[in-house]
Amino acid sequence: MNMSASVTSESKACYAVEVEGLSKNWGHTAVLRGVKLHVPYGSSVTILGPNGAGKTTLLRILATLSRPSGGRVRVDGLDLLRFDQSIRQRIGFVSHQTYLYGELSSFENLRFYGRMYRVPDLEQRVVELLEQFGLAEQRDNLARTLSRGMQQRLSLARALLHRPKILLWDEPYACLDQRAADALTGILRDLRMKGSTILMTTHDLERSVQATDQVALLVAGKIVYEACTQTLSREQLLATYLERTRSRT
Amino acid sequence: MTDWRDALNVVVKDVATEMRTKEALGAMLVFALLVIIIFNFALELRSDNAREIAPGILWVAFAFAGMLGFNRSFALERENACIEGLMLAAADRSMIYVGKMLGNVVFMSLAEMCVLPIFAALFDVPVLNPALWLVILLGTLGLCAVGTLFAVMAVSTRAREVILPLLLFPITVPLIIAAVKATGQVLDGQRLSEAFVWLRLMLGFDIIFTLLAFLGFEYVIEE
Amino acid sequence: MSQRRDCRLFVLIGLSALSMAASLWLVFGYVPNEQIMGPVQRIFYFHVPSAWVAFLAFLVAAAAGLYYLLRFDWRLDAVQVASAELGVVFSTIALVTGSLWARPIWNTWWTWDPRLTTTLVMWLYYVAASMLRGLVETPERQARFSAVLYIIGFVNVPLVFLAIRLWTTIHPVLFTSSGFALEPSMLLTLGMSVLALTLLYACVLAIRVRVGVLETEISTLQRHWSTLPHADEGGLE
Repeated sequence: MNMSASVTSESKACYAVEVEGLSKNWGHTAVLRGVKLHVPYGSSVTILGPNGAGKTTLLRILATLSRPSGGRVRVDGLDLLRFDQSIRQRIGFVSHQTYLYGELSSFENLRFYGRMYRVPDLEQRVVELLEQFGLAEQRDNLARTLSRGMQQRLSLARALLHRPKILLWDEPYACLDQRAADALTGILRDLRMKGSTILMTTHDLERSVQATDQVALLVAGKIVYEACTQTLSREQLLATYLERTRSRT
Repeated sequence: MTDWRDALNVVVKDVATEMRTKEALGAMLVFALLVIIIFNFALELRSDNAREIAPGILWVAFAFAGMLGFNRSFALERENACIEGLMLAAADRSMIYVGKMLGNVVFMSLAEMCVLPIFAALFDVPVLNPALWLVILLGTLGLCAVGTLFAVMAVSTRAREVILPLLLFPITVPLIIAAVKATGQVLDGQRLSEAFVWLRLMLGFDIIFTLLAFLGFEYVIEE
Repeated sequence: MSQRRDCRLFVLIGLSALSMAASLWLVFGYVPNEQIMGPVQRIFYFHVPSAWVAFLAFLVAAAAGLYYLLRFDWRLDAVQVASAELGVVFSTIALVTGSLWARPIWNTWWTWDPRLTTTLVMWLYYVAASMLRGLVETPERQARFSAVLYIIGFVNVPLVFLAIRLWTTIHPVLFTSSGFALEPSMLLTLGMSVLALTLLYACVLAIRVRVGVLETEISTLQRHWSTLPHADEGGLE
C-alpha cells in the first residue's frame, strides 16, 4: 500500500487526530471497518463519501459522542477512551443539529455553553463571537426565531467559544443557500489561517476542494483514497469519486 | 469541586427556560388538580372518610404530575439534540444528571406548593405544617431521583413517554407507601417522631437511589 | 472445548430431571396432607420455591448487569436477559399458584401477603423493563439500559418488601401464605422442590444463554462476511 503526497505522509511525531483500525458496529451492521486516518496539526481535511459510508459516525466518535467498537483513536495526542473529558475541551463539534435551546436568546445560549466550558471573560467572548458571525443584532432574539442560516452560525459560534484547537464539522453545507455557503467557506478559511485543525464531512465535492487542503474518501466504512486538493482538479476528484463509489453499489 | 458548577448551570438554564413558557408547570399543576377532583368523585368522598383517603390522593396527584415534568425535562433536550450539546460541554456527564434532577425537584416543588392550598380547602386538612413539608420533600426527592434517570431511558425509545410510568411506579412503591403513611400521620396532628419508621424508609430510598441513578446515568445517556 | 460444555449441560439436565422426578414423588406420594387445608396445600411446594427461584434469577440478572457495565462483555448481556426472563416466568408461576391456593382455602383470589405482593411488584417492573428493551434501537444500548434497570430493580426488592410488611402490620392481613407448622417431612419435600426448581432454572438459563451467544456470533459472522473483498476496494493509487 503506497502513500501518496497526502495526509499520512507528513512525518510528524504527533497528529491532531490519529485513527488506527477504527471499527464501529451497530448491531449486525459494520458501519466503520478499520478506518485509518492521520490528520496533522493545522491542516484541514474533508472526508468525502456517499450516504451511509460512515462519515457522521466517524466524526461523532472523534467528538466522544459515540464509543468505538474497536481500534485506537487519539485526539490531540490523548487516548479517546481514557481522556474523553480532556478531549472535549480541545475540540469543537458542529452537527446538522444546532444544539440550541429555542427558548433562550442567542446571547443566553452562548453564555450557557460558555459557562459549561469555563470560558474566561465570558461576556466579552460571547459579544465578540456574535459580532464575528454577524449575529450582534440577534443578541436578544430567541433562538427559535432565527433563520436556519443564523442558527447554523450561532451553532458554529457555540463550538468555538472555548477556542478549540480542533474543529469537527459534520455536513456544514447542508441546507444552505449560495450566499450562506460562501460566507461559511470564508469562515473556514479564516479558521485555517489562524492555525486550527479542521476535519469536515460533506458529499459536496466542489465545496470540499474550495474549503480545505486535503480530502479523504470514505466508502463503506473504509478510507479508500486520500489526496491534496492543490494537486487535484475538480474533474479528477469527481472521476475518482465516481469510480470508487460505483464499485460498492 | 468545580464540577458542581456544571450541575448548577443546568438547573439555572432549566429554570430560566421554564419561566419563559411555564408550559410544564402549568400542565403539572392542572393535572394534579384534575387527579384530586376526579378522585373526589370516583371515591364518593364524604366528610367522614375524606381524611383517611386524602394522603393517598395527594401522592397519586404528585406522582402523575411529577412524571409529566420528568418527561418534559428530557423531551426539551431532544429538540435540536441539545442533550448532545450538553454531553460535549460537560466535563463530568454525571453532573448533567444532578442538574436535571435538581431542576425536576424545583419544578415539582413549585407545583406542589400550588396544589397544597387547594388540597387543604377541598379536604379540610391543615397544610401549614413544616412536618408535612418535610415529608413531601423527601418523597419528591425520591421520585425525582429515579424519575430523572428513567425519563432519559424512556425518551430514548420509540414509545417515548408511555414506558415511563410502567417503570416508575413499581420502583417507587416503597416510597409512595411510606409517603402516604407519613402524610396521614402528620395530617392527623401526630408528632414527626411517630412517623419515624416511614421517614427512615423514605430517606433510605432517597439516598440509595440517588446514588444508583447518579452512577448509572453515564451508561444510559450515551448513544 | 464445546464438547466439555455439552457434557456439563447434559449432566445438568440429567440432575434436573432426576430431582424433578424425586420432587414430584415427594409432593404427591410421600408427604402427608396438611391438617387444616387438605390436599390443596400441596401447591405450597411449587409456590414457594418458584418465588425463591424468581428472586434468585433477578439477583443473577443484576449481578450479570453490574459485571457487564464493568467489562462490556456481550456474553454477560445474554446472561442478564435470560435470567430476567426466567425471573418473570418463575414469578408468574408463583403468582398463579398463589392465586390457585388462596381461592379454595380463603375464598379469595388474592391475599395482600407481603411476599406475594412484592413478587407482583417485581413482576410488573421486569415486564416493563423487557418492554423497554424491545423499544431501544441498538443492541449496545439495550444491554446498558437493561443492566441499569436490573440492578435498580433488584436493589429495590428489600425496600419493597419492607414497606409492604410495615404496611400490613398496620393493616393486618387476615391470612398469610404459610399459616401452618412445617413438619420434617414437609421440610424435606420443600427442600427437594427448591433444589428441583433451581436446577431447572440453571438448565434453562444455560441453554438460553447458549442461544443468545450463538445469535451474537452469527451477527458477527454476518458482519465479517460483508467485509470480505468481493470488489476492488482498498489501497491508495
